[in-house]
Order: sequence, then structure tokens, then C-alpha cells
Amino acid sequence: MGLETRLLMGNEAIALGAVRAGVRVVTGYPGTPSTEILETVAKQRDERIYVEWSTNEKSALEVAAGAAYAGARVMVTMKQVGLNVASDPLMSLNYVGVKGGMVIVVADDPGPISSQTEQDTRHFGVFAKLMVFDPSTPEEAYLMIAEAFAYSEKYSRPVLFRPTTRVCHSYASVTLLPELPAKEPEGFSKDNGRFVIFPRLTFQNHKIIEGQLVKLRDDFSSYERNQLSGGGKKGIATGGVSYAYVRESLAEIEEPYKLLKISTVPFPEKLALEFLDELDEVLVIEELDPVIERELILLCGKKHISLTIKGKTSGHVQNAGENTVQSVREALYDFFKKELPALPVPEPPALPVRPPVLCAGCPHRGAFFAVKEAAKGKKAVYSGDIGCYTLGNALPLDMVDTCLCMGAGITVAQGINRVEPDTLNFAFIGDSTFFHTGLPGVVNAVYNEANIIICILDNYTTAMTGNQPHPGMGVTAAGAAVRKISIYDVVKAIGVSEIVRVNPFDLPGSIEAVKGVLSKKGVRVLLFEGPCIAVAKGSVPHEINEEKCTGCKVCVRKIGCPAMYMENGKCVIDPVLCTGCGVCVSLCRFHAIERGRG
Amino acid sequence: MFSCMLTGVGGQGTVLMSRLIGSAAIAKGYAVRGTETIGMAQRGGSVVSHVRLGDEIHSPLIPLFGADLLIAFEPAEAVRALPFLKPGGTVLVIDRAVRPASSALSGDYNALVMIEYLKQTVENLIVIDGEELICKCKTAKVMNVALLGVAVKHHLLPFTMEDAERVLKERLPGKFLEINLHALHVGADE
Repeated sequence: MGLETRLLMGNEAIALGAVRAGVRVVTGYPGTPSTEILETVAKQRDERIYVEWSTNEKSALEVAAGAAYAGARVMVTMKQVGLNVASDPLMSLNYVGVKGGMVIVVADDPGPISSQTEQDTRHFGVFAKLMVFDPSTPEEAYLMIAEAFAYSEKYSRPVLFRPTTRVCHSYASVTLLPELPAKEPEGFSKDNGRFVIFPRLTFQNHKIIEGQLVKLRDDFSSYERNQLSGGGKKGIATGGVSYAYVRESLAEIEEPYKLLKISTVPFPEKLALEFLDELDEVLVIEELDPVIERELILLCGKKHISLTIKGKTSGHVQNAGENTVQSVREALYDFFKKELPALPVPEPPALPVRPPVLCAGCPHRGAFFAVKEAAKGKKAVYSGDIGCYTLGNALPLDMVDTCLCMGAGITVAQGINRVEPDTLNFAFIGDSTFFHTGLPGVVNAVYNEANIIICILDNYTTAMTGNQPHPGMGVTAAGAAVRKISIYDVVKAIGVSEIVRVNPFDLPGSIEAVKGVLSKKGVRVLLFEGPCIAVAKGSVPHEINEEKCTGCKVCVRKIGCPAMYMENGKCVIDPVLCTGCGVCVSLCRFHAIERGRG
Repeated sequence: MFSCMLTGVGGQGTVLMSRLIGSAAIAKGYAVRGTETIGMAQRGGSVVSHVRLGDEIHSPLIPLFGADLLIAFEPAEAVRALPFLKPGGTVLVIDRAVRPASSALSGDYNALVMIEYLKQTVENLIVIDGEELICKCKTAKVMNVALLGVAVKHHLLPFTMEDAERVLKERLPGKFLEINLHALHVGADE
């Protein structure tokens, strides 16, 4: 039987690789660039596999840990900052160990393209004493995930699997292989307290883990994804997607070289020694932290090897931002002391900048504008959070003064208010983020009698990552209908007495609602409810009545809707972008914005 | 070896188009590699997709001066991506501007300047009337598929209209198929 070759995105390849490896439980929380992994597993509708979007990464990892205790192969998916949330169970779990193979997929985001940090999960692996697998292409990821399960079971430890954006969101022709033989989960056995972490157990297992880490430096030296090739006096060490950029660029350079591809933590020491043998100079090309580079420097020290190592620590390679074929080419040409061929660069006209903005028809626009109008002239600080509504920072709304991490808007607002009690402190948080880590902040505010206004922007979806379900939506990752958890009821149950439901598309009504809570004290909640344009069908676009439009620009200047612009002295509404949400209508004193005829 | 860059503004459908090209190419036996912009930039930011065909390709990103074909859904985005075009490469561009909210105020963005610049710099340039295309397609949502039709008809991609139809039927079954097939043919008639 011929094998099927399919065009797969890296995340799809990871998902199908895990299915092939017999994964039985998959949990996670959406986060770019990791989201499509879990979505792809869910789409398989494979009855043998339980899939859930958990409320946050900590819950996801703990649910999966329980399933791995019971002997199932499990996968957890998240983005790099999600691992910070999940780090509490993760750190301990390694000491306890697992029975079923456990692969924690953590997608890193060099650039960063859609993230708060440029942290390197390989370092997290070193810190947590975990194995890390670092694929360089979708097809490698497809195979490697099965190998990661096998290593996890061989050593009875959870393992990290760390793709980066350009592996997750790149695609390639991937040959799909038959499923591997899977053993059914044995079920949970109490096993003399094996799964109960206590200082004594931790000490015993710590010794075992340290021994395993030493052994893995050998074991990984013969792992086929760590590769050594070529010969000569110059060597290049690389890993992840940078390996692809290096190979693309090396094709142009006609010089002998040795090439070391590193795909794991712990570092394959034996293989690296072979690489270093008889080299004069090494160039290390990797993204995020100089993990490979430091290992090589340590190894040279340990073995008294004298050679030059160039990379991030020496200043030869950029130490922030993502690598590109071009940046790698430049570093390689410099390393081989060659002149980079110059090509004519045409001088372009000034280009418009396109910072990401709230979509036309986004319910958050009305919510932000209503708060801005109601608080006009007052001393106010706006604490934002992580989600589409971070884009409320863009001009002309300019409604995000702080943004730190998931759930932090509500708590940061409390802290500012403790120092400046005469400030109006608003915290904005979305529905999915509310359930993720917003809740403890609300409890904290009520318990400690904080003086803040929490604006919950409920758009009935997890929008930024591509509309995944969450606890407030009444549907699960697998598509099952479940009871909705009402944000209103939750907030009420916590003890917030001032809760107002607001329709963000009704601008005058929204402004009144905000004004209504300004003079009150304590924890106040404004629950803005309006659907994301991706989950609601838009209506007929609005139109400008050119006779009435005076070209005053008030509409364009105030709300920054991408569907509105000026042309020939009049406002124009782009019918392709306008969803007919109507937020702009009340802004026009001349009643020039009219419902379109469709 | 063939590299095609697709560029536009978040929401215009570059991602789907790149996947359609990749799928059609794979059916013709090509090894395919590429990458696209997903995430925050999709909200009205500049987005770029890279599609590369051939066995000797390692990187999903196209190097500078590496694109045989640049398909731009927006004039300024064509200009922005131009350093990736190979000398002698082809640019297919829609003339319809998408104004960023930031320049809506100042009115400093003129698409005609961009088109004029492209005319002066690019030897093989095809400019498509965006308003007319949307009008014929009945909705801007299928502009990506219409553009695919244009590219196939001009022999800019290594597959035929039949291949493109087949991939549409595979990837877009259901209620959206008909309007997409219509758009493909509208594009081919341009």
C-alpha cells in the first residue's frame, strides 16, 4: 500500500504524529503559535482520544499528569508563556515521574511575533531537569513526537517538545506512516505512594534524575535527530529552524565545513566532542538563548579544548529577534570571510505602517470608547490584559496603560489604586482570560476590598487565537454541548454587588452605564456582552450620506475603525470591511452615517 | 525550484491561497514548503505567506531576491515585499488600497503612488482592478481564489485550471464551494 503524502502545517504534523504514537489524552490552552495542535487532534474525532481545552495551562498539565499516572500516553499543548503558568505542577511532576508517556508541547515564539516574551523553553528544560526535543521542520516534528513518547516512557519522566513559530506555522509535504503499536493504559495503581511528593521521595528521585541526565548525554549522542556531517577546520553548530536556514545558505558557500545539528536537551556530549575534534573555529546559529553555544563553551573548558566559538555570547550573531535566511547568510559569509553579493535595492516610496488593530465591527471598540468618554477629564488608569483587547492600545483609542500577563490587569489595577486611591482604576479582561487567571484576581479584589472597575469584555469566544471554545460558551473542544458557566453568576457569587450588563454596540447606553458606576466605591463590574465578528454574522454595511457629511472627521478621529477613512474631504465607509455594527452612528452630529440598503 | 510570496493585509485570505497553491502543487508531485503569518498581525497588520516548491529547498522562508512570483492583495504590501522578488520575477497586484486606521486620519497613503512605483521598477507586472474583481465575484471574501484564477490563467503557477478546481473541491467542500469556483473563473477571465 502506498503511503499518503499530505501538505501539513507543523502543528498538524505534531498532532498527527501524536495520534500515530497512540496518544490517549490531549489537553491544552490556546496560544499562538501552538493552538492548531490540539484543534487538529480534536478534528480527528477519534473515539480513542480524549481532548479538552482546559481553563488554563496549569489545569491542562495536571489533568494530563493524572492520565499519565494511569498509564495513558498524554500530550499537553501551550505557548511558551503558558509554561510559566504550568510551571508549578511541572517542576514537581518531574520528581514524581510518569507511567504513560507524557509530552508537553511548548511552542516558542522568536521575534516575538505574537507574545510577551522571547523566553527559551530549552532553558526551562535545563532548569526543570527535563528532556527537550527541538524539531527543525514539520516532517521531522511528525516523526520526533513519537520518539519523544518513547523517551518519556524509557526514563519515566515527562518530556518537553519545543517547536518554534516557523516550525508550527510552516508547512511541508509530510508522508503519513501507519500507526505505531499502542499499549492500552494499565490504570492507576497506588504503588506505595509513588505519586505522593514528599521531601524524602524528592531527595531519592533527585539522585535518580541527575543520573539519568548524565546518561542522556550519551544516549542522545546516538539519537538520529542529533546529526554530524562534513569535515574541515570550520564548524557550524545549529538547531531548530535555524538548521534549515543554515543549509539553505551553505549551498552557496564553496568551502569545507563540519555541521552539527542539535535537537535535544540534555546536550549530546559525545557527538559534540566528535564535532569539535580538529576544528579551529565554530559558529553557533540558534534562536532565542545561546543554549547550544554555552554547552559547547562548557565542553571546551571541561576537556581543555582550545578553539574560538562565535555566536550570541561573542556578539557575532543577533541575540534578540527571530533569525531569517538573510541574517543567517550574513553571519555565515562573515564566518567564512566572504563578501556577500550585493543586489540593487530599489528605493521605495514611504509605506503605510500597519500596527494590528481591533477589527471593524469588534465589540471591544464600543466598550473602550464608552469608558474613555465616561471618564473624560478624570484621573484614570486603564489596565489591559492578554487578548484581542490588548489592541485597544492603538490610536485613537489609546486605552491600555498596562499589560503584563494573563489575568494581571485586574490585580495590577488594585496595586496602582493602593498607592493612588484618588485614581479611577479600570481593568479590562476578556471572557476566556477571565476564566484562565482572571478569577483569582476578582476574589482578591473582593476579599481585600479593592476600589476598582473591572470591565469584562465578553465576545463569546477565545478570539485572538482563532475562536476556540471556553467555559462560558457551552461547548467543548470535542464539540459537545455542555452547561455554560455564566460570568455574571460567577462574579455575583464571589460577592461583587455592583454588576452591570452592557451592550457595547449601543454607544450612548454604554457611556451612561459606565458613568453610573464611576461615583460608587468598591469592586464594580461592567460586563460588556457582544459577539466577535468571527462568530456572529455581520449585517448590512453602513453608508455615508455625502450630502450630510461635512468632512469634520469626528467619526474617523474618535474610534479608529479600519472601515472608515477620508477621501476628497468626505468620510468613506469601506463596504468590504464594515459589518454594520453601528458604533459610529451616534458619533455623527449631522446624521450622515446611515444604514445601507444592502 | 520555485518560490512564490503572497502578501496582503490580515483578513484578506493570503493563508488560504497559499495552502491552495501548496495542495495543488503537491498533487502534481512537487515537494512543498512554506510558512505564513498567524496571530496578532492578522488583525489588520501586514501578512506574508511563503510557498516554495522543489526538492532542494530547506527553509520555509524565501530569501531576499528569492521569489519568482509575488502575489499582492494590496499595492503598498506589494512594494513592501519587493526586496524578495528575484530580478526578472513577476508581480501580480490588486490595485485596491486597504488604508490602515493610522493613515485614515492623515490621508497620507496614496495607492496610485505605489502602482506607479511598481510600474517603474517591475518588468513583469500585472495589475488587477480590485473593485471590478469584487463586483464580478459578488463578495470580497473570495478575492483570494479569484487571484488564484488570474495566476493560473497567466501560467504563473505550475498547474492548470483543472488542478485548481480539484483542490478547491477537496479543501472547500460544502456551501462555499460554488462561490469559490465562480471566483476562480472570474479570475481566469481577467
